[in-house]
Amino acid sequence: MTSQAQSAPKRRRRSLWSRLYTWLTSMNLAIALLAILAIASVIGTVLQQNLPFNDYVIQFGPFWFEIFNTLGLFDVYSVAWFVVILLFLLASTSACLVRNTPSFMRDMRSFRANAQSKSLRAFAHSRQFDSALSAEEITQRTRGLLDRLGYKSRVKERDGETLIAARKGGLNRIGYVLTHLGMVVILVGGLLDSKMYLKLLNTLGVVEIETRDIPVSQVPEESHLPEGALAGFRGSVNIPEGKWGDVAFIGLKDGYVVQNLPFRIDVKDFHIDYYDTGMPKSFNSDIKLTDKETGEVVEETIRVNHPLKYKGYNIFQSSFGDGGTELTFDAWQLLGQAGSRQELEGKVNEERSFEFGDEKYKLEFTDFTLFNVNPVPKAQQESLEEEGPAAASMTGASEEEPAETEEGGFLTAATDWLGDTVFGASSSGGKARAENVNFGPSVTFRLRDAAGQAVEYENYFSPVDFEGTRYFLSGVKLGINAPQQFLFIPADRDNSLETFMSFYAKLKDEDEMRRIAAELVGQAGQAEGRNAQVQDAAARSMASLVSLFVEDGFSALEERVDQSLAERGITGQGTDQARQASFRVVQSLLMRAYMETLQEQGVENFEPRDEKFFEDALDVITVIPSYGSPIFVAPKSFEHIQSTGLEVTRAPGMFWVYLGSLMLTVGIFMLFYIHFRRLWVLIRPADSEEDGESGRHRLIVAGTDARKNIDFDQVFDQFSSELQRQTGSNVQKNPPSDSDKG
Amino acid sequence: MSVPNEQMIKGYETSPHIDAPRRFGLADTVWVVAVLIASIIGYAQYSEALDFYATGTLFGTAALLAFIGWIWPAMRWLTGIVAVISVYALWEYSALGADGAVGREALAEFQESSFLFKFLLSSTAATMWMVTLYLLSIPTYFISTLVRSDYGLKVGSVLVWAGSVMGFVSFFTRWRESYLINIDYGHIPVGNLYEVFIVFAVFTALLYLYYEKRYNNRSLGGFVMLIVGVSLAFLLWYQFDRAAHVIEPLVPALNSWWMKIHVPANFIGYGTFAIAAMVGIAYLIKYKMGGDGPNDRLPKLSVMDDIQYKAIALGFAFFTIATILGAMWAAEAWGGYWSWDPKETWALIVWLNYAAWLHMRLTKGWRGPVMAWWSIGGLLITSFAFLGVNMFLSGLHSYGEL
Repeated sequence: MTSQAQSAPKRRRRSLWSRLYTWLTSMNLAIALLAILAIASVIGTVLQQNLPFNDYVIQFGPFWFEIFNTLGLFDVYSVAWFVVILLFLLASTSACLVRNTPSFMRDMRSFRANAQSKSLRAFAHSRQFDSALSAEEITQRTRGLLDRLGYKSRVKERDGETLIAARKGGLNRIGYVLTHLGMVVILVGGLLDSKMYLKLLNTLGVVEIETRDIPVSQVPEESHLPEGALAGFRGSVNIPEGKWGDVAFIGLKDGYVVQNLPFRIDVKDFHIDYYDTGMPKSFNSDIKLTDKETGEVVEETIRVNHPLKYKGYNIFQSSFGDGGTELTFDAWQLLGQAGSRQELEGKVNEERSFEFGDEKYKLEFTDFTLFNVNPVPKAQQESLEEEGPAAASMTGASEEEPAETEEGGFLTAATDWLGDTVFGASSSGGKARAENVNFGPSVTFRLRDAAGQAVEYENYFSPVDFEGTRYFLSGVKLGINAPQQFLFIPADRDNSLETFMSFYAKLKDEDEMRRIAAELVGQAGQAEGRNAQVQDAAARSMASLVSLFVEDGFSALEERVDQSLAERGITGQGTDQARQASFRVVQSLLMRAYMETLQEQGVENFEPRDEKFFEDALDVITVIPSYGSPIFVAPKSFEHIQSTGLEVTRAPGMFWVYLGSLMLTVGIFMLFYIHFRRLWVLIRPADSEEDGESGRHRLIVAGTDARKNIDFDQVFDQFSSELQRQTGSNVQKNPPSDSDKG
Repeated sequence: MSVPNEQMIKGYETSPHIDAPRRFGLADTVWVVAVLIASIIGYAQYSEALDFYATGTLFGTAALLAFIGWIWPAMRWLTGIVAVISVYALWEYSALGADGAVGREALAEFQESSFLFKFLLSSTAATMWMVTLYLLSIPTYFISTLVRSDYGLKVGSVLVWAGSVMGFVSFFTRWRESYLINIDYGHIPVGNLYEVFIVFAVFTALLYLYYEKRYNNRSLGGFVMLIVGVSLAFLLWYQFDRAAHVIEPLVPALNSWWMKIHVPANFIGYGTFAIAAMVGIAYLIKYKMGGDGPNDRLPKLSVMDDIQYKAIALGFAFFTIATILGAMWAAEAWGGYWSWDPKETWALIVWLNYAAWLHMRLTKGWRGPVMAWWSIGGLLITSFAFLGVNMFLSGLHSYGEL
């Protein structure tokens, strides 16, 4: 903008290069690139990046998946077209720099001392007035004023005229160069560290992507990158406690490549420090790094915000998980021969198959959580009671769902926890602080049937106290995105599942139930004097109602009762009474079975808590049909083994990015806060003007600011007024020294 | 923050005598010495707890404060008043917690038992004062602008100044309270959404006061304080509905000295972008109503245009710094200076947007309603980057979650 006049079109046909250059340096292209980059960036924030491809297929369907994948939307920031935008931005900025820097540097040093009176008068900021002083005096006073205001000035005499040209704030021009050069340096540094080169190697077929989940030793050589193959990379590796690793995995498309490292990392221990609220305070890994070449050993504890730096490699604490915790558990049978149990062993991240009836099942232990810190379970209990009488135990507890403090990347896990605290606080009155309680360890597993359908469970090791009653908790997710619901199995006096399971077994045992029903009917029948056949039929139908309740739940029982009432033609007023009577009969039978169970368990005196147990047990039994599992896994003991997720990076471009950032920052302040201003004062004998008096001088004052802001209106106004005051026609020839100014 | 020049000192009227660049006077010397002494005392008091970076932050802040006091003398008064009140509160607190932390209950008990703390000095009370004073300034400004009452406008300014004092008092007492509850919890109160909303309100108000002084015009106060009011309404909801004012410990990722400089730098950006948008609204209202007239309530269109530019330029500079600091922090915490995490990406989008705005204005010379609309649009993008990302998108930055 400062040198528009210098490149008048000489040739009519410009070369292709020259036209390309003009296009690259155009402001329109620059603005368009900024806009395109901004819009393209949005995609990656709306569409979660780098998930397993399967998740995308499920989310969008195969059709859109193909389209999105072709466009590279699942890893948009390293897809070719995105990189091309960045390269264009780089080219455009560089071209602007190349074009403008020389002229700006010249402009910065030039005084523009050849300005003509005509052009000065045409300036937007221009003023003229007469002075009775001599040209020398005016020059001296003008330069004095300019000097005081921080301007550098030059005087040029020509044809009897004197031109004083002044400038200030040339650093503004340096600011322009620094900001744009800074952007170029940042982009180059960033591209150096990007996946661009790796993708190129992959496209050329030098590096193959591995998609299988197999041990490192089995990954073929084509998917291994030797040390130093990439200038910069970001890889990650999970290492269980007591194990070691000497590679990092770099995610690419739907798989990964293996980057070999020049050292091996031994993980001695992973541990979490907690605040007194149970919220994690810090995640730490004690690691030992051994240089393969020199044998040098570095031992250090790394934690978030405190990485280990070694020979240009950085090792960060980034996540953690289970490293194969060993478990023992009881598998209680719920179907078939209910109530029997088997003691088994398992390991997190491993699976075991078993057959049940004719069905084959796979049990996959996926995670173990040592602490489950939750708001006091009061709110949960309240929400249970609001539910219907029979379906109470399985409540969709999405809000009060126990948070898992130990799962996945801890950044989000910690937030989950925080979120739950807030919810806890609001549900208990808004102002009170949430009290927290540890539910103890839990294990997460999936049960997959022969068809591959899986239900996810989260079972707790020990019973959890809910206002005085203890329950074994089992969280159930019936589908991938289903909310977690909970089964609350009451613990007996010995804090075990024994009583519940025996009671449940008894109810499922038809012979046993028929016997109990017969006894019950017998007692009543003797009193009323009915015959044995009727008694037997009554006992059978009672037992079958119980069996219906146990096998299909409360609603099935309800249906059957209503149906039989309708068959017997009972309608209107009598229906409700008849229904209640039927339920009472079933209930008394259940109660009797329960009393017998208690006796078998050696309980002698019946207490109110046993009554509560009975109600809770029925609540559980009515939902077992939808529990989705033929067994109940009751975890018993564990040997906790964690694994730490480390991020291993090398970023040679970082120096350049930081250098560019520094240039950018310094440049921006120069650009905005140093004003590049010019002032001219042209002094010419007034007699050259038509209306001038001889011996007087005319002053033409003009000014420009590279930024056309209103500040300069005032600056110019102040300058010219002051100059007029000091030199104008009504000023004495001998000014009253310096004391006129305070 | 600009280099002081003539018009800043003499207001917007043309002065008959031109002023040379401001000299470093006696008052300036006293100010700088006072800040230096205060920071040395602070260092001596807490030197055991300060590492290299924290020490650097302390003296860096002191230098910045000295500079701000020089270019904007009114800040000296604010600093002095805040210092006196806060030091008194901290002194009372240190008597309470002479042996370190006292726990949540003991702190609450103390705050209940002391009239001064219950109604003025505890962070919760001070925040409420800030909210009240700021909210009161909105109708004061608007009504005074409508009826052309200079006195009323001055009252508005006083309310904002007073609110800012209470905002800072709340900030410092909350900082101390976090340590009183539990040494481990202690952190500068910029660690969650509730805390940064206070920072946003105070920064925006102060930046506005700066422009008010610089342009010698108070009639935009209502517009700017309106957006502050909106954020305060959210703050109140967050406190009363979600009990967000309860001091909680930091999540591990935030436990870093970077937070102390990254977050405030960001909020200078957010504050100025908000001011630019609100001035843009005022601009458009005046523009639709016929533009400049002889007897205006609002500043001239060119002045409002200039305020938008000044605000966006200042915000852009600090937003750039904040983003760079964020990248450096990310390099320490997450293993890479740029991960295309949604928050990072949206920060880039905000940056690109204002970079385009500045290019258009500075090199293409765009002015007028288009730029005003663009300022408003810029605030929408900024708000999404600030709040929307936390609410709708998941990523590494999720500690600001609602």
